[in-house]
Amino acid sequence: MIHSELELSENRPLSNAKLGILILLGAETMLFAGLIGTFLVFRMGNDLWPPLSHANIQLPRVVTGINTVLLIISGYTMFLAQRAVQNDRVKDLRDYLIFTGALGLLFLIIQGSEWIQLIQKGLTLQSGVYGGIFYVLIGCHAVHVLGAVIWLIIVIGKAMAGKYSSISYTGVETCTIYWIYVVALWPVLYFLVYFA
Amino acid sequence: MQENENISHENNDDDQHEHAHDDNDAEQHTHEHDDDGQHAHAHHHEESFISKYIFSLDHKMIGKQFLIYGLIMLFVGGGLALLFRWKLAYPEKPLPFIGVSQQYLDDGEVVTGADKRWERIFDSEKEEWVEVNMPAGVMTDAFYNMLFTMHATIMVFFVVVPILVGAFGNFLIPLMIGTRDMAFPVLNMLSFWLAVLAAIVMAVGFFVPDGHAASGWTGYAPLSADPQWTGVGWGQNLWAISLLIQGFSSLVGSINYITTVINMRAPGMTFFRLPLVIWSLFIVAILLLLAFPVLSSALALLIFDRLAGTTFFTTTAEGGGDPLLWQHLFWFFGHPEVYILILPGMGIASELIAVNSRKPIFGYHSMVYAMIAIAFLGWIVWGHHMFQSGMQPGMGAFFMTTTMLIAVPSAIKTFNWLGTMFKGSIRFTTPMLHGIAFVSMFVIGGLSGIYMANTPVDIFIHDTYYIVAHIHYVVFGGSLFAIFGGIVFWFPKMYGRYMNDALNKIHFWITFIAFNCTFFPMHILGVGGHRRRISNPLAETVGDVVTQESLFADMNIFITMSAFTLGFAQLILVFNFFWSIYKGKVAEKNPWHVTTLEWEAPTPVPHGNFEQIPTVHRGPYEYSVPGEESDWIPQTQPEPAPAGGGD
Repeated sequence: MIHSELELSENRPLSNAKLGILILLGAETMLFAGLIGTFLVFRMGNDLWPPLSHANIQLPRVVTGINTVLLIISGYTMFLAQRAVQNDRVKDLRDYLIFTGALGLLFLIIQGSEWIQLIQKGLTLQSGVYGGIFYVLIGCHAVHVLGAVIWLIIVIGKAMAGKYSSISYTGVETCTIYWIYVVALWPVLYFLVYFA
Repeated sequence: MQENENISHENNDDDQHEHAHDDNDAEQHTHEHDDDGQHAHAHHHEESFISKYIFSLDHKMIGKQFLIYGLIMLFVGGGLALLFRWKLAYPEKPLPFIGVSQQYLDDGEVVTGADKRWERIFDSEKEEWVEVNMPAGVMTDAFYNMLFTMHATIMVFFVVVPILVGAFGNFLIPLMIGTRDMAFPVLNMLSFWLAVLAAIVMAVGFFVPDGHAASGWTGYAPLSADPQWTGVGWGQNLWAISLLIQGFSSLVGSINYITTVINMRAPGMTFFRLPLVIWSLFIVAILLLLAFPVLSSALALLIFDRLAGTTFFTTTAEGGGDPLLWQHLFWFFGHPEVYILILPGMGIASELIAVNSRKPIFGYHSMVYAMIAIAFLGWIVWGHHMFQSGMQPGMGAFFMTTTMLIAVPSAIKTFNWLGTMFKGSIRFTTPMLHGIAFVSMFVIGGLSGIYMANTPVDIFIHDTYYIVAHIHYVVFGGSLFAIFGGIVFWFPKMYGRYMNDALNKIHFWITFIAFNCTFFPMHILGVGGHRRRISNPLAETVGDVVTQESLFADMNIFITMSAFTLGFAQLILVFNFFWSIYKGKVAEKNPWHVTTLEWEAPTPVPHGNFEQIPTVHRGPYEYSVPGEESDWIPQTQPEPAPAGGGD
């Protein structure tokens, strides 16, 4: 149906799918801007952070720092996966994708176990705005990581089925863009929430 | 390399497309649609009723779906307004037609006509609902709160945005930029059905115990965050959830619009050859994309406050959150939202005025830059909604200045519209009447906005009927007149038939007069001190406070009468709309002699829009070009060879 209109694509620097994902990231940024703004309002409105009622709470900076490194590595392996498919190294593509997905899952598992410990220490969603915004902001990012992992699993499935090659890899490309966005967002949240 | 990639994607997409259609074919061989045999492109597929009218992927059908959705919701939202207008004029009297008597509620004895109607239609379970909300047929204050909250919520999120952005955006963008469909047809369908889901969730809220949201469309915390203040339980939760769903709908819609406008324009269709309505929709898609997620974050926090025991927007003994934070988040979304409501109206009015003045739009580039400026300034003015909120006073000066700056691009646009009409060969068609009404009402609404932008003036008129008058002059006098004009103007392209012009003119004049009778007196009420959201203006005192509102009883009655006239006049439009779909005079391809691409497509527009993708050679407003015989030159007509130019 669109065969006769291939010339339309001439003046497109980005394919529709890639452009669509980039536009989506604009909306994601504003979503996080709303939550980060909320965090900053609460942080600047309270001299004591954490407040006295939760003075015993120490956020797990070291473990989360290690977790941050894991996530950044996953961003790099995702980039390598894309490079692999661009060069038609299909086996490397699968390996890098699986490695990336495993790192993403590991990140979620470590964070989940940290949350369980924090809840046992008494920091819950109801612990004033300190606990509330911690769980909502970090949780919102975790949901995004989870979504990215699910997306990645679909991409892995397609890669296993041999759907990608150096001339057709939009699925890998869009997933990479999203993954790297989610990875790049994390250090911002880490320093803001854990060191503020 | 890059190009190869793109081409291969195309092929990929294409294959999937074909595949889906093949499936349909296999299932539905029996359905024939001979009447739309104008399909020029090679792969024509018959579609089943469901895939053609319900889960359609075609941008034109989705646009029509949004239009009908918006018109239905317009009547829901308008009906709510008429109900509370009765309360404002006759606060102690039973509602006409539906207000049942106390005897009927007590022992089922039918006394009045309303009792009889109620008896005939509903069973006794519904009477409990009536007992709570309308004892003896008189609306309670709580019910009134719910009505005005839902009136604004529905009008803003379920009428104006779906019609302006959903209906006109979907129908016009691919046609006017010269392409076959949106970039992501499946997302487009998803956008519509998410909007339907949001409307259903919102409608359910009317029937839950304790009623629907009652904290105003702005949902100010702590009213909205803590059920103890309004007494509303799940109604407010459903309100927030519904708006979250509507946010997803807007998100996928705007991704689609932006991608389509950037990537899918016909050959030769440069950005500065885009019609102004496409520019306005493009800018609005960006605003929606960036503004709605901020509301989503606020709504998520609100839901946590209500359901999970957090205290983001309420203060507690141990510190807790900040009610003002809600206002900041809401209006950071809310002010761009206001421009989302008016910018497409400006775009539509530009088309209507240029076409019917038979002149190029005056200052095309300045029109575009003015819209961009309005969209940009919209992000840094939100505090003007909060002058009285107790935010830091120094901020007031900043927000006052930025707000008044918006008058500059708005005035540029207004003078450009006047310049377009000046010395034009004006045709007073119904769309033109609506276009002129748009400009004149927008001027009144815009000017009253400048008054309120002044912090000292705002102290006086804040939260009075003055603001109600202002918003309705902009959103009804502006957006809705543009919507009406747009419907009449593009109806022949949408349905291949004309609307009845006599009915359209009657509808226009009644609407125009009744609109001004309804909303202009509200300026006077506001300056006189009539507060907004007062359920019983006749009460002499509220608590210990002596009220002024009872001085305006006659004016309130006049406004209510006008509002009922205004409401019932819309039935003319709806009757005309549905009657004309089937019985209207068959329209030709380009009845208004318009230059833009949508009129190059056959009528009714087939699946795939164009027989051949048009090539664009000139700007969108080449009317009355000197030296030309015809007073309009289509965008597709090539420029004459330079040698023969001149005279």
